[in-house]
Amino acid sequence: MPNPTTRPGALSRIMRSVVMACAAIGSAMAVEDGWTNPVLDKFPTAAVNTTGLATGDHWVTVGQLHSVTGTMAISETGSVEAERLAIKQINDMGGILGRKIKIIQEDGASDWPTFAEKAKKLLIKDKVGTVFGCWTSASRKAVLPIFEKENGMLYYPTFYEGLEASKNVIYTGQEATQQILWGLDWANKEKGAKTFFLIGSDYIWPRTSNKIARIHIEKHLKDCKVVGEEYYPLGHTNFNSLINKVKLAKPDVIYSVVVGGSNVSWYKQLKAAGITGASLAAKKQLLLTISTTEDEVRGIGGENVEGFFACMKYFQSLPNENNLKFVAAFNEMYKDKYAGKAVVGDVTQAAYLGPWLWKATVEKAGSFDIDKIAAASPDVEFTGAPEGYVKIHKNHHLWSKARIGEMMLDGQFKVLAESPELIEPNPFPEGYK
Amino acid sequence: MNTLYRSMLGGRSGLIGLAILAGLLLIVFPLLLEPFRLNMMGKYLSLAFVAIALVMCWGYGGIMSLGQGLFWGLGGYCMAAFLKLEAARNIASEAGTDQIKALSTVGLPDFMDWNQITELPWFWYPFKSFPLTLALMIVVPTVIAYIIGTAMFKRRVGGVYFAIITQALCWAMEILFVTRQGWTGGINGITDLRTLLGWDIRTPSAQSSIYFMTVVGILVCIVLGRWLLNSKFGRLLVAVRDMEDRVRFSGYDVANLKTTVFCIAAAMSAVGGAFFVLNVGFMSPKLVTIEPSIYMVIFCAVGGRMSLIGAVYGTLAVSYGRTFFSEEFPALWYFLMGSVFILVTMVFPDGLAGAATRGVPAAWRWLTRNFREPPPAPATAAVKEAQP
Repeated sequence: MPNPTTRPGALSRIMRSVVMACAAIGSAMAVEDGWTNPVLDKFPTAAVNTTGLATGDHWVTVGQLHSVTGTMAISETGSVEAERLAIKQINDMGGILGRKIKIIQEDGASDWPTFAEKAKKLLIKDKVGTVFGCWTSASRKAVLPIFEKENGMLYYPTFYEGLEASKNVIYTGQEATQQILWGLDWANKEKGAKTFFLIGSDYIWPRTSNKIARIHIEKHLKDCKVVGEEYYPLGHTNFNSLINKVKLAKPDVIYSVVVGGSNVSWYKQLKAAGITGASLAAKKQLLLTISTTEDEVRGIGGENVEGFFACMKYFQSLPNENNLKFVAAFNEMYKDKYAGKAVVGDVTQAAYLGPWLWKATVEKAGSFDIDKIAAASPDVEFTGAPEGYVKIHKNHHLWSKARIGEMMLDGQFKVLAESPELIEPNPFPEGYK
Repeated sequence: MNTLYRSMLGGRSGLIGLAILAGLLLIVFPLLLEPFRLNMMGKYLSLAFVAIALVMCWGYGGIMSLGQGLFWGLGGYCMAAFLKLEAARNIASEAGTDQIKALSTVGLPDFMDWNQITELPWFWYPFKSFPLTLALMIVVPTVIAYIIGTAMFKRRVGGVYFAIITQALCWAMEILFVTRQGWTGGINGITDLRTLLGWDIRTPSAQSSIYFMTVVGILVCIVLGRWLLNSKFGRLLVAVRDMEDRVRFSGYDVANLKTTVFCIAAAMSAVGGAFFVLNVGFMSPKLVTIEPSIYMVIFCAVGGRMSLIGAVYGTLAVSYGRTFFSEEFPALWYFLMGSVFILVTMVFPDGLAGAATRGVPAAWRWLTRNFREPPPAPATAAVKEAQP
């Protein structure tokens, strides 16, 4: 064999330079990322990530799955922005277990199969540590089997109908009973309401909500009754016949669970028919809603809703210190877009809780593993919540307060009352089936 | 045998096209793509059934249906109904889980229970049986297509009017499915489907099996479509498209011809819908509505509306573009997608198939012109259709 050493030598030299080049690129990327984990000794990757998530020594990847396009984009944008704000704040504080957060954003495009496809992509291909996402119940129902099958974690921000509790979801919004029962009690005790007219968009959340409301009114409130219950398809715009029925029934409370774009027609037509906050108050009536937040009022116009009431867990006008800081930080981060006049609604605030609760849970568990996070979630609390204080229940929903706000001309809500205690989440309410 | 070879496979050039497609779908994709992407391909391919159906009824028959999602959705809902009932029975046998706690009537699909329905509606009963489900999956869309077809074509409603009517029907169907939520799952659709006859369809191995089943289905549809289009029926269809009155005056019943191809397209679309449910694991009214129906027409237009194989490539190209752009540019992918459509239809009016049969030879000639003398006027080659 002619000189057996030269050729392999040349090859290995080439190999070595390739390896060196790769290493150089790698280190250049690390430098570009510009972050080294100060507590890596204490939390080595092998210990905090045993299931192969995309979590390295210095960075942890999370997914964000909302609709950026399509009909839901207008609602979900607030959630996207609030989650990004929370993640930025967490990164500024040094991240989680010394790891800063990188976001992979996917667009659900207001289309449920797309949500399912993107959820699969985030969990299987990107192997993200957790996902902040979804808004409508339909999108959550579409991705839920995927999160359970692939063992992912979803922080879901919207108030919803309940009847669900998954190991793989943390529900940072209210389930139905948290939003409904105390609000009805308030109408009954503070306003002396006896008769209720229930109105909703025709899908699972309004129907479940009104079912719970009806049972509470008929069984638990003294001498109270439901005098009407009506549903209209999503996107319905003609409420004149409904308004006539309401006028005839003369209920003490118009209980509205009208959702989305229908809200604009509903409130405008109420005003055109002479039903306003002031006219109702004169007759000792009121309109109470659980589906209209600051975000919707921005589209409806404050002049159309002034004097109506909403039961939520959060209003932008809450005067506590956490909230003042949150609203200021939100305005600061998006000052180019909103020029200091950002509108923050109930769901936006709930979305903001997601990354913070995840951080607290990971730190409690000392691990990014999904199973450990799911197990550690109960009793995790977040004292910096804009709504005040929240704690995760063992059913993965949040303990939170309910509040009544009166809608003002400027689109903000004046907080009139607040539940004295945190309300326990009860997604499977016995006696309300 | 020889005639079968010519009519079903389209002769030598047709066979080559089919073999390339089969090789790509059955060998190249499974080898190259990770399981998650392969499952996505399966999802796209279940839409390709509709594109193939549209080639037959729009490209050849001249019947533009903007509501093909209606039939596709019906097929999907039939399959989903069967899987949901099976899932409900399974939940009933696994007592003690959270899911059972949430139900007041165990054994009923979860969404019915949430809507206070305590008894299975009568029209859900057939979906307890798999053979009946398969039969209904084909029969229901076909019958509906027959009714629409007879009502429209006998009255000589065609062209744009027919397109608009199909679109309206599609929308009506969506409203029906959304508002009757106790029966159909409403806007959430029918979700959380797990097993088919005891076979867990969510595992990676099951998903790749389903992918191969989908591919086989596509190939069968193409062969079947070729056979139909190469028969006398196919030639009559083209004649109807190009000069309806002359066919009518020759003594043919044009309405019957049109209704037949519309029914075949409906049945084919329904099969695609059923495969979609198996690939994705749920069904939603979002898929029955106008937007996906228009997408389906775009698939067909991009692929080339005279080419059955082109329709498959068109579907894959557009769907993959949709996924790719939305992953890379979540905020502006709609605009990118739109620009691509405009570009494709401007540059290749006959779609990808047209580009392949005409564009490639033309480009080759243009490239080689600089190196040698132009061959004497290859006009016949430019006109020749590579395949039906």
